[in-house]
Amino acid sequence: MPLTNISRWILYAVLLLACLPAQARIFTFTAIPDVDETRLIERFTQVAEYLSQQLAIEVRYLPVKSYPAAVTAFRNNQVQLAWFGGLTGVQARRLLPGSKAIAQGEEDQYFKSYFIAHSSTGLTLAEQLPAGIKGMTFSFGSKSSTSGRLMPEFYLRQQFQQTPEQLFSRVGFSGNHSRTIALVQSGAYQLGAVNYKAWEQQLRDGSINPNRVSVIWTTPAYPDYQWTVRGDVDAEWGQGFTEQLTRALLAMKDPALLDAFPRSAFVSASNADYTAILETAKAIGLID
Amino acid sequence: MSTLATNWPRYQLPRSLLGFLGLIAIAVICSLFADISVITRTPWHEFQQMLLGASTPALPPPALLAQAVLQTLAFAVVAVTLSAVAGFILSLMFAHRAVRIFCAVIRAVHELFWGLLVILLLGFHPLTGILAIAIPFSGIFAKVFAEIQEEARQTSPGNSLKQADSFSNFLYARWPLVKPHFSTYTLYRLECGLRSSTILGFIGLPTLGFYLESGFMQGDYSLVAGLLLLLYLLIGSIRYWAKLPLLPIYAVIASLYLWQPLSIEWSLLGNLLVDLTPAPIKQSSLDFLPWLLAIGRQEVLPGVINTLLISQIALAASGILALIFFPLVSQQFTPYWLRLTGHLLLVILRSTPELIIAFILLLLWGPSMLPAIAALAIHNGAIVGHLVGRYSNDIKLRRDAGRGFNRYSYEILPRVYRQFLAFLCYRWEVIIRESAILGLLGVHTLGFYIDNAFESFRLDVAILLIAITALMNIAVDSFSRWFRHRLHLQSSATARTPC
Repeated sequence: MPLTNISRWILYAVLLLACLPAQARIFTFTAIPDVDETRLIERFTQVAEYLSQQLAIEVRYLPVKSYPAAVTAFRNNQVQLAWFGGLTGVQARRLLPGSKAIAQGEEDQYFKSYFIAHSSTGLTLAEQLPAGIKGMTFSFGSKSSTSGRLMPEFYLRQQFQQTPEQLFSRVGFSGNHSRTIALVQSGAYQLGAVNYKAWEQQLRDGSINPNRVSVIWTTPAYPDYQWTVRGDVDAEWGQGFTEQLTRALLAMKDPALLDAFPRSAFVSASNADYTAILETAKAIGLID
Repeated sequence: MSTLATNWPRYQLPRSLLGFLGLIAIAVICSLFADISVITRTPWHEFQQMLLGASTPALPPPALLAQAVLQTLAFAVVAVTLSAVAGFILSLMFAHRAVRIFCAVIRAVHELFWGLLVILLLGFHPLTGILAIAIPFSGIFAKVFAEIQEEARQTSPGNSLKQADSFSNFLYARWPLVKPHFSTYTLYRLECGLRSSTILGFIGLPTLGFYLESGFMQGDYSLVAGLLLLLYLLIGSIRYWAKLPLLPIYAVIASLYLWQPLSIEWSLLGNLLVDLTPAPIKQSSLDFLPWLLAIGRQEVLPGVINTLLISQIALAASGILALIFFPLVSQQFTPYWLRLTGHLLLVILRSTPELIIAFILLLLWGPSMLPAIAALAIHNGAIVGHLVGRYSNDIKLRRDAGRGFNRYSYEILPRVYRQFLAFLCYRWEVIIRESAILGLLGVHTLGFYIDNAFESFRLDVAILLIAITALMNIAVDSFSRWFRHRLHLQSSATARTPC
C-alpha cells in the first residue's frame, strides 16, 4: 500500500525532527529597537564582545525589530537576556515567571516623556496640559512603548478622565519617537508624546526646528528600561551566573558601550521597581 | 403598436461596464461615510530631507548588505517554489468547497501576521520567513491555478478523450494548455515574493526590509533611497535572471544557503495552545459571551466597517488609476524608450512599501482615511496597470486602426476591459488584507486591532479577529466568483492575482 508507505515516512521524519539533539546554547541577548536603530547592530555587537570577555563565554547579539518579537524571542529562549522597555519587560516577566530585572540605566530610575506640539496650536511649555488640547490630533509612538505610549496615556487619562480616543479627534501610532517628532513637526499631527532622550538627541543633531515644534509638558518621573534575564540561566551556565552577569552589566563604564543604550551608567534593579508600570498597564487595559 | 414596441431596438449598457460603474458607485457612497480630510501645515522641511536623501542614496556596510540581499532572494525563491507546488496540488482538489475555504482562509492573513504567528513556534529561524510567505502564497497559487485549469477544461481537447482515465486526460490534454500560464504566473509571483520577503524585515528577519525600516524609522532617507533603488533593481531585473526551469535549482541553492539546524521546543507548542485559549476560558469564568460581545462591539464592528469603507474606495480608485497607467507600458501606445520610463514608474509605484507611501501622504494631508486609501490605490493601481499593459501587448490591430485616444477608447479598452475587471476582482482581497498595516494613520481597520492584539500578547483576540478577516475574505472571494461568472470573464493567460 503506497499510502501506508508515505505515512510511515512522514512518521519517521517527524520522529527524526523531534529527536534532533538541541545544540549547546550560545548566550544571546537582544534589545528592543528604540533610539538610533541604524547603528544598532554595530553598537550591540561591541556590547556582546564586552560581555563575552567579562563572562568568559561566547555571547551573541540577536537584532530584533518589533517589541512583541523581542518578548517572544525571550520567552522562547532564543535570547536569555534582553534590554527591555518598562512595559515590554513587565510583559516578558509575566509570560515567563522566574525571570528577573537585574539592572537599569542610571536615567531609567526617573525617566520621563515630553508632550510636544506643532507651532500652529499656539501652545507653550506649561505646568499642566491645557484643556485646549481636547479635539486636537495626537500621535503616540509605538503601541508597546512605555515612554511613547503607556505613561503618556496614563497621565492623559488621569487628568482628563477620558480615553485618548474620546479626548482627541484622531489618535495615531507613528511607530517610534523619531517618526512622532517628524509628524508633529510637519503638522500632520498637532500633538505627540515622545521619550525625552530621543527628543534631546534629535535636538542636538539639529533635526528639530524649535520654531515648528516644542515641548509643552513634561510627565512626572517613572521607571523605564531595564535588563531582564531568564530565571533558568543558572541551571545552564552554572551556579551564580546571574550574579556574575549583573556585576558585568553594572561594571560597564566605557562610554562607547554605554552610548549604545544611550545611558551614563547602569545601576541594579528588581522586579519590584516596575510594579507601578504593571499597575498602569492594567489600568489602561494593555495587560489583563 | 405593441408589436412595434417590443421589436424596437433597445440600447443596453454592456454588463461589464455596469459592473465597473457599480463598483465606482459603491465607492462614492462609501466616501460619504468615510473619514476623509485634508490639513496641510508645514510638511516642507521633511520633504526637503527626503529629497536630500533621494539625491544622496546610501547603503548599509557591504557585509550586512550582501547578507540582506541574499536572504531576501533566498526567502522569496524557496517560498515561491514551495507554494507553487503546494498550490498546484491544492488546485487539483479545488472543486471541494472545503479546500476553497481553506485556501481563502490562509491567504486572508497578511504575511506579517503569519510571520508573527510562526515566530511564536519557531523563533527567528529561516523557516519562519519561508512559511510566512509560503502559507498565504499557497492559497493564492491554488486559486489562480484552479481558475487557469477551469478555463482549459472548457476548451481542452480532453473533452474528446472521454474514455481516457483522468490522469492521462490531464497529462496529454490539459497540461500542455495550462503549462505556459502556470509558468508566467509563477514568475510573476516571484516579484510578489521579493516584496513580501522584504516586508518581513519589518518584524526582524534579516532581509532588506530590516534596514529599510530602520532607515525609515530614523528618518535616514539616504539609506531608504539606496535600499529602495536596490529593491527596484532586483524586481525590475527578474525577467532577466528568473526562468521557470531554473527556479527549482535556485530553490535548492537557496535552501542550502538558509539551512540551519532546527530544534523545535515542544513546550512552545503548549504555550501557543494556552495563548490561543480565550481569556475567560483560561480563567475558567463563565463570561465567555460578554467577552465575545465586548470584542465584537469594540473591535470587530468598527474594524469591519472601516476596512470595508477603505477597501471599497481604494478598489475603485485602483481601477481608475490602472486605466490611466496601462498605456504607459503598452506597446500599443508608447514607443520603446518612453515605455521604459513607464515601466520604471510602475515598478517604483508598486514596489515602494505602502507604509512609506502612506507616510508621505500623511505628512501632506494629515491623518484621515485618505492617505491609506491613496497608498492602497497607488500600489494596486500600478500592479493592475502593469498587468493590463502586458496583456494589451498581445492584441493584433489592423494597420488602419485609429491612433491616440481613439485607439485607447475604441480599440484597446474594449478588448482588455474584461481582463481588467478580472484583475481588479483579484486585487479586492489583497486590498482588504493590506489595509491591515496602516495603523500609523490612526485608522481603525481590522488589521489595526489584530496588530494591537499581537502587541499586547492577546493571541486569543488576534485569532478571533483573523478569523473575522478570513470570513470577509471568503465572502469577497465568493462574490467576485459570482461577479466574474456573471460577466463571463475569462481568467485566461495573464489573469493573475495579486500580491
